[in-house]
Amino acid sequence: MSNLSQTENIQTPETVNTPALALENITKTFPPSVTALDNVTFSVQRGEVHALVGENGAGKSTLMKVLAGIHQANAGQIYLEGKAIKIDGPMDAKHQGILLIHQELSLVPDMTVAENIYLGSIPTKWPNRVDSVTLYSNAEKILKRLKCKFKATDKVSKLSIAMRHMVEIARALVFTPKIVVFDEPTASLTDTEKYVLFEVIEDLKKENVSVVYISHRMDEIFTLSDRITVLRDGCYRGTVNTRDADEDEITRLMIGRSLDNITKSKAPEFGPKVIEVKNLSCEGLFEDVSFSIREGEVVGMYGLVGAGRTEIAETLFGLRQPSSGQIYLKGDQIDITSPSVAVESGIALVPENRKEQGLVLGMSCQDNITLSILEQVASYGVLKKKKENNIYQKYADELAIKSPSGGQKVGNLSGGNQQKVVIGKWLSSEPELLILDEPTRGIDVGSKSEIHKLIRILAQKGYAVLVISSEMPEVLGVSDRILALFGGKINGEFTDNEVTEDALVKAISF
Amino acid sequence: MSSLQKKAKSFIVEQPIWLFVLACILFFSFSTEHFFDIGNFKNILVQTSTIGLIALGLTFVMINGNIDLSVGAVVALSASLAVDLQSLGMGSAVVIALLSGLLLGILNGAIVWKTGVDAFIVTLGAMIGIRGLVFVYTQEQSFFAADFSYSDFGSSTLAGMPTLAIIFILFTLLMHYILTRTIHGRNTFAVGGNRQASIDAGIRVGPHMVINFAICGFLAALAGVLLSTQMGASTPNLGRDFELWAITAVVLGGTKLTGGSGSIMGTFGGVIAIGVLRNGMNLLEIPAFYVLVIMGSILIAVLFIDKQVNRGSKQELNV
Repeated sequence: MSNLSQTENIQTPETVNTPALALENITKTFPPSVTALDNVTFSVQRGEVHALVGENGAGKSTLMKVLAGIHQANAGQIYLEGKAIKIDGPMDAKHQGILLIHQELSLVPDMTVAENIYLGSIPTKWPNRVDSVTLYSNAEKILKRLKCKFKATDKVSKLSIAMRHMVEIARALVFTPKIVVFDEPTASLTDTEKYVLFEVIEDLKKENVSVVYISHRMDEIFTLSDRITVLRDGCYRGTVNTRDADEDEITRLMIGRSLDNITKSKAPEFGPKVIEVKNLSCEGLFEDVSFSIREGEVVGMYGLVGAGRTEIAETLFGLRQPSSGQIYLKGDQIDITSPSVAVESGIALVPENRKEQGLVLGMSCQDNITLSILEQVASYGVLKKKKENNIYQKYADELAIKSPSGGQKVGNLSGGNQQKVVIGKWLSSEPELLILDEPTRGIDVGSKSEIHKLIRILAQKGYAVLVISSEMPEVLGVSDRILALFGGKINGEFTDNEVTEDALVKAISF
Repeated sequence: MSSLQKKAKSFIVEQPIWLFVLACILFFSFSTEHFFDIGNFKNILVQTSTIGLIALGLTFVMINGNIDLSVGAVVALSASLAVDLQSLGMGSAVVIALLSGLLLGILNGAIVWKTGVDAFIVTLGAMIGIRGLVFVYTQEQSFFAADFSYSDFGSSTLAGMPTLAIIFILFTLLMHYILTRTIHGRNTFAVGGNRQASIDAGIRVGPHMVINFAICGFLAALAGVLLSTQMGASTPNLGRDFELWAITAVVLGGTKLTGGSGSIMGTFGGVIAIGVLRNGMNLLEIPAFYVLVIMGSILIAVLFIDKQVNRGSKQELNV
């Protein structure tokens, strides 16, 4: 905080028209043959919030990585306050006043919040010792400014993902920034945390700092930004003033087609109950949770981070043991003692955190998809390549996975495609109950609606589906019934035709 | 033709060690006259069969995300048992020796699985403990095989090929097949690559780990038995540092210490690279201690080059 107030950008007439940052004709290729950025031009004025939008793989993150010195451009020039500069690595970018807040968390889990915030620039006292007093008091100030509920002395490993994002943001406030880039900052933030972030961005703006804001969420972009630049397939598509723009126009620029809304083709009647949960409790996390899901039904579970949503899913999948309560699968009571029991009983979980829990990043797409059904593609323990390939092709077509081949390492795909691979993995095991935890986190608009459609198709095919989400439009769009969660309890149940946004908001926050 | 070229190219990118082996063979062929000779190549295969068999098993354990440091001690134990128990009949002695390795492997795996203690620590303990057992059992004595047919086996040939070399190659092929074509092999990669995702996919992580330690223990015991047939004897200090040479071979072959990637063909290349280097430098009459210095430097250099090459071709595609 103190650092920021030191920034005094006195606008002299000469600097008014010079953009704070200009990227000109940036081209970046990855060997052997991927052109991630093709002649992209982009500029930001002082004190401006400039939104950068595009589908996954459009080149937004790459452009910002070039800016932050993580990648070197093959061609093009970067100007900072009118001067041509060269950025020599991430540290150099920071010193020049360019800060990138990563989409993917890059924290050291076993260190404290304060140590992480000051990683690489820990305050020292003579001769070269860590100045713990300054470290923790400064960190505490930054956390206070961000209205964080955790302490500077907490270990990062104890924090939730949303909290970790706040730490990542706190990092940026250590330096005296000229340009701050937020890459999908709200993907895992709750509404409250989001508003705090918006306030921080407004503050930065007032201090004449330029903000580049990358997001998939149109509502945020329209609330926050002054101008919007659209990228598609690594090319510049245009810049518009937010005031004059409308959502459809942006969407068209992004994907070259209009999006249609989720159309729910209703199954008139649902089948028998697939799963029934009675009075399920897990100490300190959730209590007395009862619900059921029938064949062909999509149940949405809506609530804030920390309301117990993920924990309920993990209990159904055998990753946690309930302290009391029963789970019935097709009428029979079962004890889900481990994930392998869950998989065998026909329960599948598409996890919240796909890189940590969903995928083996070093393995190919095909191998990831067949991971949980190897018995089916093998005879006497020996794998049948042809069967594996058929299964991959089936789901690659069905889910429109964009990958050069089934042999492509899944770590090299974009986020949206990675998520499709995780879903494909579970569909291939032909589950009866499919649990999707934040199925479209960090996924672009186009793939998002594909995944929403897919959820409806799965329901029509007779799967029971549980969708956990913190995005209201998503829950409203795909669910036949919505369970609102608050403080570990089910605080309201709504069928699709009686639900209103107001009622839903009330049910999750009171 | 172009698909053949592509295949060749991807083979070199994935198995750069073979390029190194080729370079070494060329170098030694021109610098010493006795190197390029069928007899010498057979010799290299026999010399490397011990480390080679250990490295095969270790590859599985390491891809799985673990490590086994106890293999050298297992070599000494199984060799001592196989030679000392010949009074029970040669066959029974060998079976008992092999079983000892298998059981110790299972024990290692079970401890790692059930206690959750890091495999490095568990097998470090096992390495010290088993070596102690060998000294207790042998009372610091060397054993000699009274029956000459035992040591004859070590120098026997089948259709012109040394039997030990054939055994090594057969196991290489078998292990390659298991790793690339079976459920167990695939799951070995998955568990090493992302343990949590594997658990979530319903894979029973523990049993796969135990199987891999068992395979590794068995192959180490087999290596011990074959080594004792070569010498017609066993000593309690047999197999010292073998775990380090085996790890060197596995790592040269491109298996990651962190697990999740690697191959048997790479390990085979690593083993041959070590064998060729040793044999070639021996023929050049380089003093043994310098050989160690050179081998150590080469290990680091090869991995450095590998890292550079792979960084160039696989720069993050995270667009």
